[in-house]
Amino acid sequence: MSRYDRRRRGSAIYIGLCYASTLFGLGWLVLILASLFWEGFRGLSPAVFTQMTPPPGSAGGLLNAIVGSLILTFLGVAIGAPLGMLAGTYMAEYGRHTKLTFVVRFINDILLSAPSIVVGLFIYEVMVTRMGHFSGVAGAVALAVIVMPVVVRTTEDMLLLVPDPLREAASALGTPRAIVIGKVAYRAARAGLITGVLLAIARISGETAPLLFTALNNQFFSTNLNAPMASLPAVIFQFALSPYKDWQQLAWTGALLITFAVLALSIIARILGAQRTAK
Amino acid sequence: MSDLAIDSGVSESVALRRRAKVLRGLQLRDAGFRLLTLAAALAVLLVLGGVIASLVIGSLPAFRAFGFGFLASDTWNPVTEKFGALAPVYGTLITAAIAMVIAVPIGLGIAIFLTELCPYVMRRPIGIAIELLAGIPSIIYGIWGLFVFAPFLQKHVQPGIISLFADVPILSTLFAGPPYGIGMLTAGIILAIMVLPFVTSISRDVFETVPPVLKEAAYGVGCTTWEVVRFVVIPYTRVGVIGGIMLGLGRALGETMAVTFVIGNAHRISASLFAPGTTISASIANEFTEAVGDLYTSALIALGLILFVITFIILAIARYMLMRLQMQEGA
Repeated sequence: MSRYDRRRRGSAIYIGLCYASTLFGLGWLVLILASLFWEGFRGLSPAVFTQMTPPPGSAGGLLNAIVGSLILTFLGVAIGAPLGMLAGTYMAEYGRHTKLTFVVRFINDILLSAPSIVVGLFIYEVMVTRMGHFSGVAGAVALAVIVMPVVVRTTEDMLLLVPDPLREAASALGTPRAIVIGKVAYRAARAGLITGVLLAIARISGETAPLLFTALNNQFFSTNLNAPMASLPAVIFQFALSPYKDWQQLAWTGALLITFAVLALSIIARILGAQRTAK
Repeated sequence: MSDLAIDSGVSESVALRRRAKVLRGLQLRDAGFRLLTLAAALAVLLVLGGVIASLVIGSLPAFRAFGFGFLASDTWNPVTEKFGALAPVYGTLITAAIAMVIAVPIGLGIAIFLTELCPYVMRRPIGIAIELLAGIPSIIYGIWGLFVFAPFLQKHVQPGIISLFADVPILSTLFAGPPYGIGMLTAGIILAIMVLPFVTSISRDVFETVPPVLKEAAYGVGCTTWEVVRFVVIPYTRVGVIGGIMLGLGRALGETMAVTFVIGNAHRISASLFAPGTTISASIANEFTEAVGDLYTSALIALGLILFVITFIILAIARYMLMRLQMQEGA
């Protein structure tokens, strides 16, 4: 009897620890989001969206950083997502059982979690040193390198979920392979493919490390892709580490904007993904 | 393709020719699309090749100047252009180790909670909440760590720990020195929070692959919940769990922004976990744009190469383990 009691007590202790660790994990989420809202909302005003980043000591906003981030993210996705989708298509449709697919999948999974600062160094070596200066386009390409593996992975997974009888039915009508893929497989996997792109956007909109030495930063409003370009993460990095109170406040507000955008994107992606699996 | 079907009005040879033309067009389009997708798949390999090649070429001057001494020296002096990688490598390994020591037991605990204990309705919301931790950009962890977490540690936690362990032989060196707030321990804890969702979600996924029959059999002979987890679930999923932990470790080693904010950026090796230090990624992020001279830049790129090689090996092992598990499942 006492042995059984001891076992039960041991179990209760460990199970209690499992409950505690869940509370611990959720606690961080609440803590971080709460302090982010607390600090960020204080600085939220129309000026944030209408004015440039200020020199220290004067009022200003984040307009150039927001616009820069939007341009860089858009370009990064525009370059990276089609490439990733095509590669995923090859892996799921044409070369499903080939050696190449196996190797690409392995390498892609590694690129997926490779340190993003290394991507920044890569683009610096390949583009910035060649061009002789930092530029928005280098930043966009760096982001594209991060987008690609995310989209490759989701595209392959989603296309593999499409039932083969659908493809066989289309092929039986004499439809060429490319059209089977375009009109049947893509259409059946559409929600999943969109989810992948949304996740990729969420991933890069907070990326800082690859932008630091590609797009650099810019104090002024600029849409010139051939020149350094401001971005929210880079501005947050610069402003948060500065000793000026109003810069730090802007950094918090920028952090709130990014987090809000990223969380909204990942929740939308999740809802889309859930619809897909529920069907 | 409707023109293929409606050809009764046209003479036979014309119809045949047109049919052949359309078919050839389709064939070309098919081959073209196939080539396009193949090229994109090869581009993935090209990116990896490009990353390795550019890092190796970029780091050549540094390795030529310092040889293997680069890995063994802890001097980092931009003025005299003497560089060594030991301090950043040390900081990277120590912070990642702290992160894993915290994140692995807690991540496994959450995964056990989610698969064995949690009521069904709550599983999805709690799982998503934990995964949101992974969605928060690392710069947010950085700014939070710098302005909220580090001051809290400095005021309320570190002085207590320092005085508590002041007379204990080994612990007094580990937790020595003035409470800066920022430092290696702070960076390690922040990394732990960031790695937690990776460990959790992969362990949860592999825990769910345990056949219910095995668990039911264990419960049937009178095992407690913990005994089922300890002697059935974890042994069955060992390879997958280790794969998940390695994946988290890969993340912790390469994480940049969050660490850069709270590590203190001091190129030195100190025994105390409260002391400021630096990691590979933090050094690169901080110094790269300010680096003057080819040798300085090259030394930083060499650091990047070291980081990439370490994370590549760890991620490759992790993926290999997870892949083997998947194949077992398929077989």
